[in-house]
Amino acid sequence: MADAAAIRVQGLQKRYGDLRAVDGATFAVLPNEIYGIIGANGSGKTTTVECLQGLRRVDGGEVAVLGLDPGVHGAQLRGRIGSQLQSSALPERLKVWEALELFAALSPKRRDWRDLLAEWGLEEKRNAAFGDLSGGQQQRLFIALALVNEPEIVFLDEMTTGLDPQARRVAWDLIERVRERGATVVLVTHFMDEAEILCDRIAVFQRGTVIAEDTPRGLIEQFVGGGVVRFSTQVNELSFLDGTPGLERWERDGQRVTATGSGPLLAQVAARLVAHDIAPLDLRVELPTLDDVFVKLAGERSE
Amino acid sequence: MRAILRLTLVEMKLFVREPLALVFVFAFPLFVLFVLGGVFGNDVDLQDEENLRVWRGVGPADYYQPAYIGLVMASVGLITMPLRITSYREQGVLRRFEAAGVAKTAILGSQLLVGLGMMTVGAAAIVVASNLSQGTSLSESWGLTVPAYLLSAITFAVLGLMLGSVLPGSRAAQGAGMLLFFVMMFISGAGPPREVLANGMKGFSELLPLTHVILLLQDTWLAAEWDGTASLVVAAFLVVAGAVTLRFFRWE
Repeated sequence: MADAAAIRVQGLQKRYGDLRAVDGATFAVLPNEIYGIIGANGSGKTTTVECLQGLRRVDGGEVAVLGLDPGVHGAQLRGRIGSQLQSSALPERLKVWEALELFAALSPKRRDWRDLLAEWGLEEKRNAAFGDLSGGQQQRLFIALALVNEPEIVFLDEMTTGLDPQARRVAWDLIERVRERGATVVLVTHFMDEAEILCDRIAVFQRGTVIAEDTPRGLIEQFVGGGVVRFSTQVNELSFLDGTPGLERWERDGQRVTATGSGPLLAQVAARLVAHDIAPLDLRVELPTLDDVFVKLAGERSE
Repeated sequence: MRAILRLTLVEMKLFVREPLALVFVFAFPLFVLFVLGGVFGNDVDLQDEENLRVWRGVGPADYYQPAYIGLVMASVGLITMPLRITSYREQGVLRRFEAAGVAKTAILGSQLLVGLGMMTVGAAAIVVASNLSQGTSLSESWGLTVPAYLLSAITFAVLGLMLGSVLPGSRAAQGAGMLLFFVMMFISGAGPPREVLANGMKGFSELLPLTHVILLLQDTWLAAEWDGTASLVVAAFLVVAGAVTLRFFRWE
């Protein structure tokens, strides 16, 4: 099959001494998707992305980015990708506009950096030195720099770390816009809400491999399943709940009842309660989020 | 090439904004010039065999003028440049450039040009200051001094690139740079003339690049002569430092 994927990784291996930082990771990123990479610290996310960017030599497996091997065509590739690195800096006294102008001048293809200055809310900081920017402002500058060469693929490694909640939401909108301009986005993140909202598909890293690759919904269903319905009642006799479609188990703690299951569980439980003249004021459903997936996987890991 | 010039331009701007970095390049050699100028002046009895030998046939201020040009090269190459490069590596500045597809030769080339620029401004300051304060003479042969200057300056700049490439971090660069600088300053002929050093010291100074840079510059400047041996030694330092730099330069 000719490579339709923007990125294809097959059995990637990367060792640091005895440590197998990446140990057989396999996944593929489709063109124009926003692809998330999640996993606990030390699970190999950043190392994998650095291999894709050609910043690290691969010890084994195959990597193709835009059809090229980053280990061989690294320099050529880096002109076509954009990278917001997790740990990097600019000279303290370099001004914001100078940084954008410099990186634009250094890349083969470029956008008008003034647009990026405005888009990423750096207009009023254009003459500020890098060292005088807040963490969030530095972060936005790095994202803007990653976009200045009109990249085909953008790698964002913990892009919103250091941003306040408002700025994070703005960043999410802008990432959507980056995708609308035609780019593929690879997003390494610790924020599950961010991954759930932004990503089309997500790879879950654990101990250097990809243990799951799916849509956010798909991952939730695969790892945590349905949801939890909670309510309180003074009625003691609740055995009518047994056999509710989708219900896996229920338990009570004093007046509080917790029912766990999948499918349209809230509606099913509500129907039975109403049929038995019970109308709890606090009946509610808690659907699992990607957070629950993460916590579950992290728990398994520590066991 | 365009990348080199772009980076050079930005680096030069940054240097002007860094007043502390300028101190070592300009203020320190000028300070030494005024101190030693005050001690020795430019008038010694050159009929005296001993004076003739120690001061290489000219007055002390004339002797020191090319020596201080060498000293400026050493301070830029041994202190300023390694500190700059190692700090950039430590802070992740080099990583950013790497990720943006900047070639290693562009980074090295721009640092080299910035280093040469600083050396040249520093050298000009030395010449102007010793002329005004001591009435020293200009070069006897610009045709020889210019190539000697370029060879020496490029060599120290490449030594700077090498130290920046092999030293692990900015603390190491600061320590090693200061040590190398002061050792060279005191025994390579920019402090006491080498002729007054004990024999062991004098022999040891033969191993240092600044010794040969100063001999080379003094010979062209004071006597319109080309010191073949010194120029070969300086060129050897250049070749080795260049090879080590290309081999060991690291982005992080």
